[in-house]
Amino acid sequence: MESKTLEIRNLNTSFFTQQGEVRAACDVCLEVQPGQITGIVGESGCGKSVTARSVMGLVRYPGRVVSGEILLDGKAMTGISGKEACSLRGAEVSMIFQEPMTSLNPVMKVGKQVEEALLLHRKLSKKEAAKSAAQMLEKVGISDVKNRMECYPHQLSGGLRQRVMIAMAMICSPKLLIADEPTTALDVTVEAQILRLMKQLCDAGTSILLISHNLGVIAQICDYVYVMYAGRVVEQADTMTLFDHPAHPYTRGLLQAARSLRSDAEVLATIPGVVPNLLHLPAGCSFSPRCGQCQEPCKTSMPDMLPAGEKGHLVRCFLAEKEKQQPVEAI
Amino acid sequence: MVRNALQRLAQSVLVLLGCALLIFVMLRIIPGNPIAVLMGEHADNTVIERMTAELGLDQPVLVQFFRYIGGALRGDFGTSYSLGKPVSSLMASAFVHTLILALLAAVFAWLIGITSGIIAAVKKNSILDHLFMGASLLGVSMPVFMTAMLLQYFFAYRLKLFPIAGMDSFAAYILPAIALGWNSAGSVARLVRSTLLETLEENYIDTARAKGRGQVGVLVVHALRNAMLPVITMMAIQFSGLLSGAVITETVFSINGIGRLAVQAIAGRDIPLLQGTVLFSAAVVVIGNFIADSLYRVLDPRIRREA
Ligand SMILES: Nc1ncnc2c1ncn2[C@@H]1O[C@H](COP(=O)(O)OP(=O)(O)O)[C@@H](O)[C@H]1O
Ligand SMILES: [Mg+2]
Repeated sequence: MESKTLEIRNLNTSFFTQQGEVRAACDVCLEVQPGQITGIVGESGCGKSVTARSVMGLVRYPGRVVSGEILLDGKAMTGISGKEACSLRGAEVSMIFQEPMTSLNPVMKVGKQVEEALLLHRKLSKKEAAKSAAQMLEKVGISDVKNRMECYPHQLSGGLRQRVMIAMAMICSPKLLIADEPTTALDVTVEAQILRLMKQLCDAGTSILLISHNLGVIAQICDYVYVMYAGRVVEQADTMTLFDHPAHPYTRGLLQAARSLRSDAEVLATIPGVVPNLLHLPAGCSFSPRCGQCQEPCKTSMPDMLPAGEKGHLVRCFLAEKEKQQPVEAI
Repeated sequence: MVRNALQRLAQSVLVLLGCALLIFVMLRIIPGNPIAVLMGEHADNTVIERMTAELGLDQPVLVQFFRYIGGALRGDFGTSYSLGKPVSSLMASAFVHTLILALLAAVFAWLIGITSGIIAAVKKNSILDHLFMGASLLGVSMPVFMTAMLLQYFFAYRLKLFPIAGMDSFAAYILPAIALGWNSAGSVARLVRSTLLETLEENYIDTARAKGRGQVGVLVVHALRNAMLPVITMMAIQFSGLLSGAVITETVFSINGIGRLAVQAIAGRDIPLLQGTVLFSAAVVVIGNFIADSLYRVLDPRIRREA
């Protein structure tokens, strides 16, 4: 069997704040298969970025990975020395961030920033590095590369900057690219271009973990999807299954909200209530206070991930068995 | 870019002219005839009048001013009443001492200030951080004369490591340089710490880490360059402050620099000398600000490319 590009086992990442421990990622299990785009979707604050940053070893103070295993292509990324971690970051796994406007160093030329990872990880001369940087920038769809490499970030538009970020992340041909809301800050036409580019990169052999709060983005390019809620994965399935047979009441709510947005319905469908404060999670299932189908056991114990019909479709809900019998049209 | 620099240069010249006029007028509205003071109590009135006319002091203030500026442009700042020598040559020899002192103080202040600021930021909330920030608070808040006298007491009088005062050897400049630089070291350390901490929170620092840069690489290649921008501006302004003469330090340590010359001029009611020294200080500060501004523009590409 081919090994997984990324495997996260029971990841727990917490922020130790003055008010107490915030469990931002809670028993997260997640896999990225080679050659696939895997999505994480969920409302903002549900722990998507924290999960991604845990993989990169970039969780910000006062947060840290408390427990769990992270395997990249079968090799452990947790419990290794800082130096080993540095040799993996940028070379085997790289990440692009939500904010293209502030994610580039403002006093360094764009070309230098793209070359940087090459010079760090590969034994190349400056000239060779500059040449491959130019090739990579061309590959991500930047024209007039020679001049653009001499630019400082503030001279480029948001879309160009995000392309530069992608070129920078791809320069060492990593096995895994983590993209944390890569298009959230961009307008819709640019978003479509960037998503197409990511699809091309994936076809060229890089596995991608794509984070978004936008179901439309996920639907367009992901092969497999994880839905997160309040720090936990609550549903996972291949994209077709998830959109056709959503099993978790939260996922159904998200889909309904997204559809009513698109169909300019009179009344926007929303999920009642608000995302719970991670410091004061309700007892039992985190979603129970907002759930229309909440029952007694939901208020006292957290369900496990249970199989829901299709192969590879798991859902954290006691109703899993019943849900799958409901036809899609009911949503 | 060049046009912008010329504009700011013209502005600086105007500011300087304004300063000169202000100094000139102020010194002339002080009550009492300086010539009378100069000649002593029993001087004859006719002699005083003749002297006043000879020095051009009976002319309208504006006429005197333009004569003065005309002279200054040719390097002639008049003759000191009390010392009988040209003000320009008095200032030139005093400036050498002020320059040595300022250079030493700046090197001391910046080495200590930048290093401790970086360490304090990287080891935030550690014992070292608290130690350095405590020391810099002392540096910023302790008056110079107190630092100076404490240094004199311990390192010169008690430990006899340095001369108490004077300019006989290079070693004699060290204690005054420390006294003078202490203050600047404190403010540089605090600024470096706070800008570096702010910079380390920036998103592009995460990007650098994500590329595989280690602690040191992130700090040196990405964080410091950005964090140092405001610090360099502060250093340029500090240096012009140091160069413009340190009245207290030079007096306490008997160093015949510009500051001490100004004090002598005041004591002797020596208007040409006072005018010269004050104008010199103003010029140094104006030039310092111009350089600080220009440096910032050169170092920060976001500003550089705007024009
Ligand atoms: N610096 C921090 N201090 C305390 N809690 C934090 C911090 N950063 C993130 N969190 C917690 O982690 C949760 C998940 O954050 P994040 O992963 O950024 O959400 P998102 O899914 O929008 O990317 C947040 O709801 C918040 O409670
Ligand atoms: Mg996020």
